[in-house]
Amino acid sequence: MVERRRFGNLLPHAILWLGIAVVVFPVYLAVVGSTHDAATVANGMRLTPGAYTLENYYRTLFEGASRTASQPVATMLFNSFVVAMAIAVGKIAISIISAFAIVYFRFPFRMTAFWVIFVTLMLPVEVRIYPTYKIVSDLGLLDTYTGLTLPLIASATATLLFRQFFMTIPDELVEASKIDGAGPIRFFKDTVLPLARTNIAALFVILFIYGWNQYLWPLLITTRDDMQTIVIGIKKMMVVTDGFTEWQLAMATAVLAMLPPVLVVVLMQRLFVKGLVETEK
Amino acid sequence: MQKRSIFGGRLLPYALLAPQLAVTLVFFYWPASQAVWQSFLLEDAFGLGSDFVWFENYQALLSQPDYYQSAVVTLLFSLAVALLSLGVALLLASQADKSLRGATTYRTLLIWPYAVAPAVAGVLWIFIFQPSLGIIGQALRRNGVDWNPLLNAHHAMLLIVLAASWKQISYNFLFFLAGLQSIPKSVIEAAAIDGARPARRFWTIVFPLLSPTIFFLIVVNIVYVFFETLGIIDTMTGGGPGKATQTLVYKAFADGRLGGDLGGSAAQSVILMIIVIALTAVQFRYVERRVTY
Repeated sequence: MVERRRFGNLLPHAILWLGIAVVVFPVYLAVVGSTHDAATVANGMRLTPGAYTLENYYRTLFEGASRTASQPVATMLFNSFVVAMAIAVGKIAISIISAFAIVYFRFPFRMTAFWVIFVTLMLPVEVRIYPTYKIVSDLGLLDTYTGLTLPLIASATATLLFRQFFMTIPDELVEASKIDGAGPIRFFKDTVLPLARTNIAALFVILFIYGWNQYLWPLLITTRDDMQTIVIGIKKMMVVTDGFTEWQLAMATAVLAMLPPVLVVVLMQRLFVKGLVETEK
Repeated sequence: MQKRSIFGGRLLPYALLAPQLAVTLVFFYWPASQAVWQSFLLEDAFGLGSDFVWFENYQALLSQPDYYQSAVVTLLFSLAVALLSLGVALLLASQADKSLRGATTYRTLLIWPYAVAPAVAGVLWIFIFQPSLGIIGQALRRNGVDWNPLLNAHHAMLLIVLAASWKQISYNFLFFLAGLQSIPKSVIEAAAIDGARPARRFWTIVFPLLSPTIFFLIVVNIVYVFFETLGIIDTMTGGGPGKATQTLVYKAFADGRLGGDLGGSAAQSVILMIIVIALTAVQFRYVERRVTY
């Protein structure tokens, strides 16, 4: 502290708590909204929780909002989980081995391969929506987990990250492994993977959130209700004419959709921050 | 940069690269080149055949008042979100930087909105501002404001700006806090000894030293508004009322799906690709500069 303040740090704390209140408010309201019955919500929200928590969550999870004839949210949660895991694990797996190839081998077209991957950094899904959709449908992958995840698995970011990390592994380790008679696969398994553990975990946190929160791609690629992810499911609940939206169930769905990624961020905060800072560089 | 010590092996490196290259070629290069090719084609009304029409799709696009409106909407939307979320995040981060005790607690309490999906963030904010049952929407109407985001373009814009900024504050906060914590305290103390008050110190020392972070965050925020807010717009306004909240990406999405104008949508995608490449280039130049600092 540079100077002595008359009221200590009261003002900074007050500003921070005000900021937190504003940030938390929408979520608090959603939680409260999910504990009332339809009539209470429709007549104007209250700020205190109601008594329909169990009923609402039970209906949301296992029956689905009846009037909108949608799927039970438990199915959607399962789909979201599969998609997020497949994207995170798939991305990490294919990028770590391709980065390993680029760093630890010399072969014709090595730099070409690197640039082919690197350029895709500049092409988010949003700018090539319909052609990609067409390819996936030509391959017969609509409404499949493969179609939902495979096109999102290629990522220049993860490859670059691992390449950067491999460059920091001292050469002596490679030489020592070679003297011990280990080949590249053995070296990868026994030396590289253990060293990269934290990087993999940090990347996993970021990619899990990325996969869970996908919107545009699952929206296009799924036509069957039972293949929907929860983020798409909530959008569908809102569409069925405004007057008939069952807000208390929509809010329960919103809470369930937020819970897993938010828990991941809060519980693995250190890894999350590390991943975020690294993927942006 | 190259490693000195490497492995031999003829086929292994190709085998290791194969999965990533296959996915990249099939799902990136093929569709991207299709987008470019399709932007030169015009499909007939029944989708049976298509003609090569050179730049007709681009001409048609650039003569649409709608397209310019979307460009203006995107610009205003990005500016508003960047200003609001950067401003609030900087304010909060500078306060958290001051109160040394509890800084990590505050960080935990402020970073989680990053994990909320844009579409879900949209739903949360509609619930608050819904004219008939939202808690603030109702209060506004009771106090004589004719609040109606479904009909009033300004209200709709305000809504998506709020939701988009809310989600982005956590990210900006995290980077501002890191930036602030890396400014040496001795510089600030030296200024204080010279008699500079806190406000003066902020503008003449902290702010300039923070400028690389600010610049970086502006680029990131613009990219975010361009591409990731599609979920927010789709759940909150659907681009309406009229086309008042239709951004460039949303228009490309809506024209291709609802309108079925694939050539026009492809032309828009190509223009967007050029914009992304430009933004990425700017970001990279900046990263290089920071490294040589």
